[in-house]
Amino acid sequence: MVFPVAQRWLLAALILAGVASAVSGSMDPYFLDVVMGVGVSVVLASSLNLINGFTGQFSLGHAGFMAVGAYTSAMLTTVVAPRLGWNPLLLQWVFFPLSLIAAGLLAAVAGLAVGAPSLRLKGDYLAIVTLGFGEIIRVVLQNMDVVGGARGLTGVPAYSNLFWTFGTAALTVYTVWALLNSTHGRGFLAVADDEVAAEAMGLDTTRYKITAFGIGSFFAGVAGGLYAHLKGYLNPGGFSFDKSIEIVVMVILGGMGRHAGVVFAAILLTLLPEGLRELGSRSVPNPFGGADWSLDWIKEMRMILYSLMLIVLMLMRPQGLFHRSERRRRGA
Amino acid sequence: MSTSLLQLTNVTIRFGGLTAVSSVTADVREGELAGLIGPNGAGKTTLFNLITGVYQPTEGRIDFAGEGTAGAKPFHLTERGIARTFQNIRLFPSLSVSDNVRVAFHRHLEHRTWQSWLRGGRFHAEEAELRERTRELLSLFNLERVQEAPAKSLSYGDQRRLEIVRALATGPRLLLLDEPAAGMNPSEKDELMRLIRFVRDRFRLAVLLVEHDMKVVMGICERIHVLEYGRKIAEGSPEEIRVDPKVIAAYLGD
Repeated sequence: MVFPVAQRWLLAALILAGVASAVSGSMDPYFLDVVMGVGVSVVLASSLNLINGFTGQFSLGHAGFMAVGAYTSAMLTTVVAPRLGWNPLLLQWVFFPLSLIAAGLLAAVAGLAVGAPSLRLKGDYLAIVTLGFGEIIRVVLQNMDVVGGARGLTGVPAYSNLFWTFGTAALTVYTVWALLNSTHGRGFLAVADDEVAAEAMGLDTTRYKITAFGIGSFFAGVAGGLYAHLKGYLNPGGFSFDKSIEIVVMVILGGMGRHAGVVFAAILLTLLPEGLRELGSRSVPNPFGGADWSLDWIKEMRMILYSLMLIVLMLMRPQGLFHRSERRRRGA
Repeated sequence: MSTSLLQLTNVTIRFGGLTAVSSVTADVREGELAGLIGPNGAGKTTLFNLITGVYQPTEGRIDFAGEGTAGAKPFHLTERGIARTFQNIRLFPSLSVSDNVRVAFHRHLEHRTWQSWLRGGRFHAEEAELRERTRELLSLFNLERVQEAPAKSLSYGDQRRLEIVRALATGPRLLLLDEPAAGMNPSEKDELMRLIRFVRDRFRLAVLLVEHDMKVVMGICERIHVLEYGRKIAEGSPEEIRVDPKVIAAYLGD
């Protein structure tokens, strides 16, 4: 069977994720945790890129949609799954992906619920509405005893593995890419460029924006599900405004509406704090003799260093890391 | 005499206390080159926005191809065959020249959005056909040499032309041009007049032109409607309009 180039890439990525997953048993658990975190970040950033980058909307509620997905799938695997009496393998390879899809769908419903009435708002105004919505979700979760309230939800089974995280990441990147590289998909970019003109050219701009919101929040929900089964513990505080900002930063740093750039930024920004943590636990030899110099201060200043690096990157490349090079190849 | 493609009947729009367009009755016939002129602030662009569904009339009705347009959104009307250009060029600046046109073709697509995810044979066949049609259309207007360039990098004249090409890609029966000669020098204006005539003949559509430049309007329009303070004060051939005392008074003062 002949696949077009793009699908071949997707297939290769899925096989690679499968192989990596099969041999991951011997990997360092901390390392594995970080790597899977990267996969989740790629899903989050790519899906937000569809909304904020390509369609030119400004959503600050991505963590909220992620929370909807995380709690949906976690409730399914902790409450519903044990009653089924399935064997663990079946749970991880059949029930878990189904719960991820359910997580995505519910997040998409939430996305459409916010999107439909508020998409007539533009720019800052839309940002404020989505921000408010994200906070509402967090507060509601905090006060729902069924899901553990502020104490959080514990005992979520560790179903996320390299295959599911990277498989989903590949699927998200492919989906956004495939959508954009088509005549229909160019409509998203047209809406971002000039809404009035897009409408005059026969594009139902509201439908485009809602589609972007729906698909974007679907994948945010799936990412939430992956995250829940990666950490094994959910806390409403983890889906606060900070988390949304973190994803927005990935999109901006990657260069609003650049596939590769945003994926790269997601990887970089997820690894950076971990890398600094790692660096902080080391020490360098003292050139004047005596005891080695500890790099402990890096550990303490980790978040300050992280923020400083962001500022420097933004000053040096305000257009994003990948701006020019990718634009030239966008004729397809 | 041909039938009316666009019919405005007693169209009025008020913004608060201001009556921008007051009881205008006018029509554009099938295949006609019509003009709409008037001093600054006469309501020409407002009338355009009424025809394209950006505004809804407070009173009166607008019919396109025999059907009312009340409640229709701009993209509905584009689907029904009204395309327009803008007074201040409104291309999709970051999209390439061919993508600008490609987007406008989208209403002719048979495949749905989700099919661009699966990328089956049908998707590829249609996209290939569309690329070919885009290229043909661009080459007709001498723009295929820049088709991969971002639209914002084009010269002013090329951008004006691209806007017309993009409007044509929607397959209109009526093309509305909002001050296409704005900012053009005399030789560019001659070129524009040839272009508008060519478009009308080649694509067999009606053109309604809002324009300040008398030379352009008088040179190509077959029938002219004149607005002043939101009211229609005259209608007729260029020769009639040229000698109409009311029009002369409106432009030169009493």
